[in-house]
Amino acid sequence: MTPRRVALLKGGPSLERQVSLRSAARVEDALERLGIEFVSIDVGRTLVDDLRASDADVAFVALHGRGGEDGTVQELLEIVGIPYTGSGVLACMRCMDKVLTKHMLLEEGLPTPDFFAFSEIAFKELGAGEALPAIEERLGFPVVVKPAAQGSALGIKFARAAEDVPEALIAAFSYDDRVLLERHVEGRELAVSVLEDEGEPRALPVVEAKPEQQYFYDFEARYEIGKTEFLCPADLPGDVAARAHELAVAVYRLLGCYGFARVDMILGDDGLQVLEAQAIPGLTDTSLLPQAAEAADITFEQLVEKMLEQALARTPASATAG
Amino acid sequence: MKDRHQTTSHEIERYAGLFAKRTRHMRSSAMRDLMEITARPEVISLAGGLPDTSSFPPESFAAITDKIARQSCASALQYGPTEGSTRTKECIVEVMAAEGMRADADDIVVTTGGQQVIDLVTKTLIDPGDVVICEAPTYPGAVPTFSSYEADVIQIEMDSDGMRVDLLEETLARLDGEQRRPKFIYTVPTFQNPAGVTLSAPRRRRLVEIARERELLVLEDNPYGLLRYEGEPLPPLYALDGGEYVIYLGTFSKILSPGIRLGWVTAPGPVLSKIKLGKQAADLCSSSLTQQFVEIYFQESNWRRYVQDLCGVYRQRRDAMLDALAEFFPREAEWTQPGGGLFIWATLPDFIDTGDLLAKALREERVAFVPGSAAYVDGRGGSSMRLNFSGADVDGIVEGVRRIGKVVDEQISLFSTFAGRSSEAPSRDEPEDRPADPPPDVRLADVVELPRRGGERRAQGS
Repeated sequence: MTPRRVALLKGGPSLERQVSLRSAARVEDALERLGIEFVSIDVGRTLVDDLRASDADVAFVALHGRGGEDGTVQELLEIVGIPYTGSGVLACMRCMDKVLTKHMLLEEGLPTPDFFAFSEIAFKELGAGEALPAIEERLGFPVVVKPAAQGSALGIKFARAAEDVPEALIAAFSYDDRVLLERHVEGRELAVSVLEDEGEPRALPVVEAKPEQQYFYDFEARYEIGKTEFLCPADLPGDVAARAHELAVAVYRLLGCYGFARVDMILGDDGLQVLEAQAIPGLTDTSLLPQAAEAADITFEQLVEKMLEQALARTPASATAG
Repeated sequence: MKDRHQTTSHEIERYAGLFAKRTRHMRSSAMRDLMEITARPEVISLAGGLPDTSSFPPESFAAITDKIARQSCASALQYGPTEGSTRTKECIVEVMAAEGMRADADDIVVTTGGQQVIDLVTKTLIDPGDVVICEAPTYPGAVPTFSSYEADVIQIEMDSDGMRVDLLEETLARLDGEQRRPKFIYTVPTFQNPAGVTLSAPRRRRLVEIARERELLVLEDNPYGLLRYEGEPLPPLYALDGGEYVIYLGTFSKILSPGIRLGWVTAPGPVLSKIKLGKQAADLCSSSLTQQFVEIYFQESNWRRYVQDLCGVYRQRRDAMLDALAEFFPREAEWTQPGGGLFIWATLPDFIDTGDLLAKALREERVAFVPGSAAYVDGRGGSSMRLNFSGADVDGIVEGVRRIGKVVDEQISLFSTFAGRSSEAPSRDEPEDRPADPPPDVRLADVVELPRRGGERRAQGS
């Protein structure tokens, strides 16, 4: 099925607005080259009206972060009745919420670093502060402190010792009212993108991100050209690569993703550990999904085309099922 | 799809391979991305340094542009001399005279905003690794310029009297020991951006002496000198030095319009000729059109009265912000009390990183400020913020400060729950607990000195 007219959803008020605009700019170029008619919508208060007025038969969701990637916009698209690219409401919610993702991984027996999660209320009303020493002992230092729902590594802090923890918590709570304290796994940062092919999720070649100098792959390293060296396919022993592929597909299925997703992992001494999954991976010039697709001989235009075809092929039932 | 141009990651790597080494020092950041959100209409922004251009009379604008169209259309659309038009330079001489400086039109180069002066001076004087000395905190817009020329930036602490000249001398002595000689000292001596403080008269004299004794150049950046809301003006460094070691940067941005992109530089002859060559390479000349705008405006309007009007507006807004800070910011916070300019510098308890706080402020309260770390090269300033009081109206300022105060309060009360420590959060219900304001000197000395923490921890992971 070929789309007649695409509504490209971009921007919005999320903290990752700029990343979204960069993803969308690339998609706009691709749509032009493909000769597909489209209208770009900067997501805001008039979204529902804009969608209705767009006369689009499919929506390309190039949004990242809160609102765009957490199921909110997907829910609205369901209501307006426009099929859209990527995962449905429930899968988006599961991916956006790192705590929920990790609990599901644990339940399924998939490897993920030890963690504890707290809400602001736990500290303010339930005295969670008293539990911090026990947690620190259990996780060991350094501890990674992350907001539960925030992409692009925003708000992620490393606490190297107990005295760093309160400040790291304050920082993480700036981005969300729930945070995650996670055991830090030293190792190689890997991203495995999954792209469905005729209804079957297929793992694309593994990308390894080697930040130039930062302690970890932070926001700047992610989006500034030349700040990170990307290796794709990553230089991995055959069995490790195969395991990474297998894990990515398992996570994809577990979370109920649709069309495509990206699973971030770390390869440490104890093997592969899953950190999180992205329902709407970045599509910027330095993003990992496009690189992985390219390594599999899928051009960016073909990738965009495929995402749109998947969206149009989706029946409302499969869309709402997650 | 064979004919379509395609961007691939290989191409990206190829571009990355072509980048000059100095681009490695050009930093983008999460912060800059967040700042983009501050421009959204639902956000109250106390972040920018925007003058209130809404007070400029549209009739004047229409009359001026009409006159250009009728009298000098062709030349307004033409290139002009690199150093700027003579008539514009005469206007500049007039502005400088208003601050007690005697300048010769021949010694002036008109530039594309004051920012270009910082760029041209750095380009003219700095080889990679050369030392530039500036204030701590410094103008955030100068940092990327210094970085892009790979300068080694050393920042000198300030107090309520501006740059600590004693510390400057210590630093210079230390650099002597290392056989390193700084090329120039960059300073905003009057109503500093971002701190809002002013270099005292004795320190001004001493700074000029130091420059003379050591044959060092000083770049005096003075956008705000005429925006004084109280007290007597102090002589610019340029006036004290007579233009021998002081390079003077002026701008029309804050007294007329930043949109016309016109600033200027006055420098010792040999330096000025190099700057002129640098400008030629950069943009040939500044806009002829906007120079004519300035010339006609100066001829037909009373520019001094307009500046006075602006001062009236900004004074009111500064007072509103100071009152709102006293009402809505927690007791642990400190801030400067500027006698002019556009900015207040506020410092919070050091467990708060204002970069992260900005995310919370934008997300929950739709309010923005500039995180303090933007004013340092070494990751300091993490718990401070720059607040602008010229860009929003009084209601916006009060509401904006209230919203920031709210997110700060939340962070403080949350922090107090971590190690079981008792709440140090202030109570809005007990204003009488607030200590009487200490004398401004003492208080400001505490505020602007920001050696609170090493850069290391701040620099990571943010």
